[in-house]
Amino acid sequence: MKTGAQILWECLEREGVKHVFGYPGGAILPAYDALKHSKIHHVLVRHEQGATHMADGYARVSGEVGVAVATSGPGATNMVTGIATAMLDSSPIVCITGQVGSRLIGSDAFQETDITGVTLPITKHNYLVTHASEVARTVREAFYVARSGRPGPVLVDITKDAQQTSCEFDWEAAKPQLPGYRPDLSPAPEEYARALELIHKAKRPVILAGHGIIISGAMREVRDFAERAGIPVALTLLGLGAFPASHPLNLGMMGMHGEAWVNHTIQEADLLLAFGMRFDDRVTGNLKTYAPNARKIHVEIDPAEINKNVKVDVPLVGDLREVLHELLPKIESIDRSEWLDHIDQLKGDSAVRDIQNLPDSGHLYAAHVINDLWHETREGNTVVVTDVGQHQMWEAQYYKHEHPRSLITSGGLGTMGFALPAAIGAKVARPESEVWVVVGDGGFQMTMAELATIVQENLKIHIAIINNGYLGMVRQWQEFFYEKNYQATPLLNPDFQKLGEAYGIRSMTVSERSQVVPAVRSARQHDGPVLINFRVEQEDSVYPMVAAGASLHEMIRRPSPLVETAEDE
Amino acid sequence: MLNTFVVYVENKPGVLTRVASLFRRRAFNIDSLTVGRTEKPEVSRMTITVDADYDQARRIEANLYKLVNVLLVENISNEPAIVRDLAMIKVGATHEARSHVLELASVFRARVVDVAPDSLTIEITGGEDKIDGLLEVLRPYGVLEMVRTGIVAMRRGGKSSAVVSEPATTVRDLNHDDASYSV
Repeated sequence: MKTGAQILWECLEREGVKHVFGYPGGAILPAYDALKHSKIHHVLVRHEQGATHMADGYARVSGEVGVAVATSGPGATNMVTGIATAMLDSSPIVCITGQVGSRLIGSDAFQETDITGVTLPITKHNYLVTHASEVARTVREAFYVARSGRPGPVLVDITKDAQQTSCEFDWEAAKPQLPGYRPDLSPAPEEYARALELIHKAKRPVILAGHGIIISGAMREVRDFAERAGIPVALTLLGLGAFPASHPLNLGMMGMHGEAWVNHTIQEADLLLAFGMRFDDRVTGNLKTYAPNARKIHVEIDPAEINKNVKVDVPLVGDLREVLHELLPKIESIDRSEWLDHIDQLKGDSAVRDIQNLPDSGHLYAAHVINDLWHETREGNTVVVTDVGQHQMWEAQYYKHEHPRSLITSGGLGTMGFALPAAIGAKVARPESEVWVVVGDGGFQMTMAELATIVQENLKIHIAIINNGYLGMVRQWQEFFYEKNYQATPLLNPDFQKLGEAYGIRSMTVSERSQVVPAVRSARQHDGPVLINFRVEQEDSVYPMVAAGASLHEMIRRPSPLVETAEDE
Repeated sequence: MLNTFVVYVENKPGVLTRVASLFRRRAFNIDSLTVGRTEKPEVSRMTITVDADYDQARRIEANLYKLVNVLLVENISNEPAIVRDLAMIKVGATHEARSHVLELASVFRARVVDVAPDSLTIEITGGEDKIDGLLEVLRPYGVLEMVRTGIVAMRRGGKSSAVVSEPATTVRDLNHDDASYSV
């Protein structure tokens, strides 16, 4: 006989869990009491939102399921943002929450929240467990659902009495019973034939590479496909790293802040091959004018994504890697040098508009920081974890990712405050990797309490605050679309250097370009966490920019003294 | 157009909420939803009618399948099917009107299930149009109260959409293109 709490930890161990991120409280105390018999390492966070982002970061760098633990009521509701983040970016996490005793459910007991009701639309699935005998099967199902098919978050809410009471534990007998769950679809044979015909007929094809490539582990297959068919590759934000940045067929990032030539390429294409991406509004711009001359092939594991935003000609619903395995032997090598040359011409004046190539104004720009950081850390096994906003886009533009799972960022939900805790999860999952947090001064302050977690766990994490004294991306929108009415965007910040030092973290402030490389080098040599406060140009904007609702080729370009007009089209 | 889905779900707490929440979340408007037991105690059957175009209907089906507790989804809108709604209509019927109301009920093959001094309660089963038709002719007499179940539907003929209740992936073995997907 074992208690539900003991069964919980044993099942987590059997699922391969080595670390959990959590915060104790009344309704989850029986589980914490049983933790002392477990080999699992528990990371004490400072806020439950942090626990979910850590589990998420852990999952994204490792491909394994991340686990977060919290108590009932506020503990559970604090997880909501992290769960929604994982949901929109298809990240496999399992959240374990305590719940009030089963006889108290529905009575508005102390710290009671209907967390399965609250998280119903933002989880892939969730469970309320009221008996110890249900714990084992539920945990097994939760892990299976979280990691299979299109991954996502699963919440398991366990009442206090289900943790406390005892029952027989039989792992083998507690097999998942999911008669309706279908994670393993594959395309109909005739769809392959239709896809191949479109691919071989296309004169101006482009691959749209998304997060699904990384989740499916199809990097090699995508590369083989692109090389064999001679098709250039544009990436989504979450796709960065799925295809090497240095590869001659790599175009770069597409979408709202994608490079101009990438967006023009998509608009001029006659065939889009969407690999594990979902035509988010941030990558398509106005759907009515999106890639108007292109046929579309959508390789996607989730049938609900087919024809959701963009009507496609051929859907290939299934695991990307398996689909490409099927297609690869039948792909003919076609000379597309004319198309590739044309794309080269589309680059046009992009280079002279690049901030890197503008005359030195004496100011420190975020792009300089990112570029120097990339130069210094590119050889290493580096993971960059970014927050949300301008710095996130500059990182995506200037840090050239060669490897999958080397950029961790909140894409779909755009969760400020994600970076610092997600980096903790990343470092715990891959201690051998160098982990850099690139975070704005706004987002950093949303979850900076987790600095204490870094110190308590003695994690060598490097934090680069891109400090412009504004909520920069919102300020940029105010500048472009609200007549520079900077309402509620200027920030009065604490002294981040002193703040870091208060936590016992080695901290520095950099405000000149010449200091960037020495600061990065000194951080890398330091045996422990380091915080660098980069004071950058306050009113810089991310270019190019496709305004919300505008067509993908209508971009606001960076003004350059070397170019006559600042507007494209 | 109005689509009729037959949806088999696991008979577990909260499944109705999951289905209803999905329609709300994806902004699809439910016209009618009924749920009840089936020949298998562990399986419930829903009939859902939704106003949706072809692509929306495909997405509704795909989204329903994403719910872990959903076993089988069939859009039977374009198939021969028996579609039934049940209504109880309480009509004001004084002495002189009573025989007219009874006559109308018998024309519609409805049954009188309750008689009171100044009212009649009529039960009618049929397609929605038939019930709407009866309602229309009863209105002049004064409809005091009405309740409708919403439609239930079943395909005609020998083709059955019964769910095999074995665990794992047995749903794929049905005479249904579950394992592959095409538009």
